[in-house]
Amino acid sequence: MNPSAVWTRTAASGTATVVLGLVVVWGFFQSLNDNFLSARNLSNLLLQIAVLGTLAVGMVIVLILGEIDLSIGAIAGVSAAVLAQLITGHGWPAWAAIASALLLGAAIGVLHGTIIAAVGIPSFIITLAGLLVWQGVQLWLVGDGGQIPIRDSAIRSIASSYLVPAFGWVLAVLVIAGFAGVRLLRRTRRVRNQLAVRTPAAEAATVAGVAVVVLAITWTLNSYFGIPWVFVLLLGLAAAGGVLMTGTNFGRHVYAIGGNREAARRAGIPVRRTVVLVFALISAIAALAGIIEASRQFSASNALGGGTLQLNAIAAAVIGGTSLFGGRGRVHQAVLGALVVGSVQNGLDLLGEPAAVKNIATGVILVVAVVLDALGRRRRAL
Amino acid sequence: MHAVTPTLELRDVTKRYGHVAAPTDVDFTVTAGEVVALVGDNGAGKSTLVKAIAGSHRIDGGEILIDGGPVVIGSPTEASALGIETVYQDLALCDNLDVTANLYLGRERRRSRSLLLDQEGMQAHAAAVIADLAAHLPVLDKPVSALSGGQRQAIAVSRAALWGSRIVLLDEPTAALGVAQTVMVYDLIHRLRDRGLAVVVISHNMADVFAVADRITVLRLGRNAGEFRPGRDSTDDVVAAITGSRELDAAVRKENPR
Repeated sequence: MNPSAVWTRTAASGTATVVLGLVVVWGFFQSLNDNFLSARNLSNLLLQIAVLGTLAVGMVIVLILGEIDLSIGAIAGVSAAVLAQLITGHGWPAWAAIASALLLGAAIGVLHGTIIAAVGIPSFIITLAGLLVWQGVQLWLVGDGGQIPIRDSAIRSIASSYLVPAFGWVLAVLVIAGFAGVRLLRRTRRVRNQLAVRTPAAEAATVAGVAVVVLAITWTLNSYFGIPWVFVLLLGLAAAGGVLMTGTNFGRHVYAIGGNREAARRAGIPVRRTVVLVFALISAIAALAGIIEASRQFSASNALGGGTLQLNAIAAAVIGGTSLFGGRGRVHQAVLGALVVGSVQNGLDLLGEPAAVKNIATGVILVVAVVLDALGRRRRAL
Repeated sequence: MHAVTPTLELRDVTKRYGHVAAPTDVDFTVTAGEVVALVGDNGAGKSTLVKAIAGSHRIDGGEILIDGGPVVIGSPTEASALGIETVYQDLALCDNLDVTANLYLGRERRRSRSLLLDQEGMQAHAAAVIADLAAHLPVLDKPVSALSGGQRQAIAVSRAALWGSRIVLLDEPTAALGVAQTVMVYDLIHRLRDRGLAVVVISHNMADVFAVADRITVLRLGRNAGEFRPGRDSTDDVVAAITGSRELDAAVRKENPR
């Protein structure tokens, strides 16, 4: 790639790369099984990637900081167990149990972040230890039964309800209008500050492109049960994460620390506080993922959040163009990355391949993505 | 010469490492609109002195005055508050961020009544500052990693100038640059001076020193070893003072400065 490509263009091409990957994966599986691109399967796919996509949003932020969190699966597991204990064991209302689980997640993150920032130990080690500790707490909370059932209808409906088609269309129109409005506002500010702007035709083309995609997704999902509620939740989280990372001081500081920690410190950025906040944030997001998964399973099991979940989250982030070396990545691209990883697993399921093949395929994809990241970094360094 | 209060003055500044006094009783001044080069061999005490001015090291003796008033510079933040900005040799830029983001690093502007960054306002202001310094920078939304060494140096210097600072310290500003880029940095330094800043350039490159400095302060083995002027004195005079081959001569000059 031309090294002088402007930042925004690089970000756009990053999105194009992951979309291209998605098209290749979808084309491959569709050619082997006609049902892959059916409305029903795509709807299922979105339900399947809700947890992975949620975790990937958190993982991108921590990777941009130049750190990593290997404990998010265990935090999801322990938060789900707490949720189930409070609801089933103690009869708490759903909102109080959800709030408690999220706060617990944030508190765990503050603990991790404080140790990492204060003592200067690599996050890799602390969160690996956290993985063991919180998995232990999860096993202890879930108890001998192996799972705690959740009968609360509010919790159960999180991952199993759909927007009424009419609401789906309204939401789609609102999303398009919001996107166009934000672009228009930004353009107005650029004109006021006498900065270069794109031609109105180019802006209109971008908005029209987004509108087509949003309407196509809505139409497809409405032809089955409607837009899954968790997908709306995931998009909302990704949008909030995107604004946080690219539009606020905090996000700018996270990018700066990931790019050059010493420079950030000398510029007066509160490095330690930012590290603690990022770990609090990713852990709260992991707790949210745990709640979604408990809602999907109608229970909190001792296996929830285990296995390859957090490695898949790293894979999703890296496939979405996030660098393992820190300082580079986009939140919305991680959701696309999660869609790629989820599509491969869904497609292999559809073909009746065993778990062994799914693991190998995900591992190979992760290695390819990381190698591309390392090569891209070397090229940038030249 | 009429007496102008120096913007920054060091009087008998001493810094000890154990029993070793690195800079010992060093005097140094720089006035608004003046470029002073601080030169000396490795180990002469230049870096220690710079760190004392930048707030990274506390001094053990003597005093630092700003506009004639004594100050204590306890940290880099305090140095910034006093209007002192330091451009270190490694530049301290975030390669992954664009030019505007680097210029505003740690001092981002927000839009009124919101938590959101004023991206457009920062970019417009950055463009104005860069244009004012006539630094040859391409579009401001390029990541810094795509820029040349000279352009990176220009960003670091512009950042120091952006914050209403009055004293700018430049540590070996041309160490890693090619010929054309070096000339560009010289221009930049002169522009800072013409804007009324007090500029200190630390270097042991005689070409640099004679190209940019109005005055040259030589340190040798932690002590003052003479004051020189590019128009009046030759490179040989300065080199002699740095190496100590003409200590007596330098001592005489110090008795009768300017």
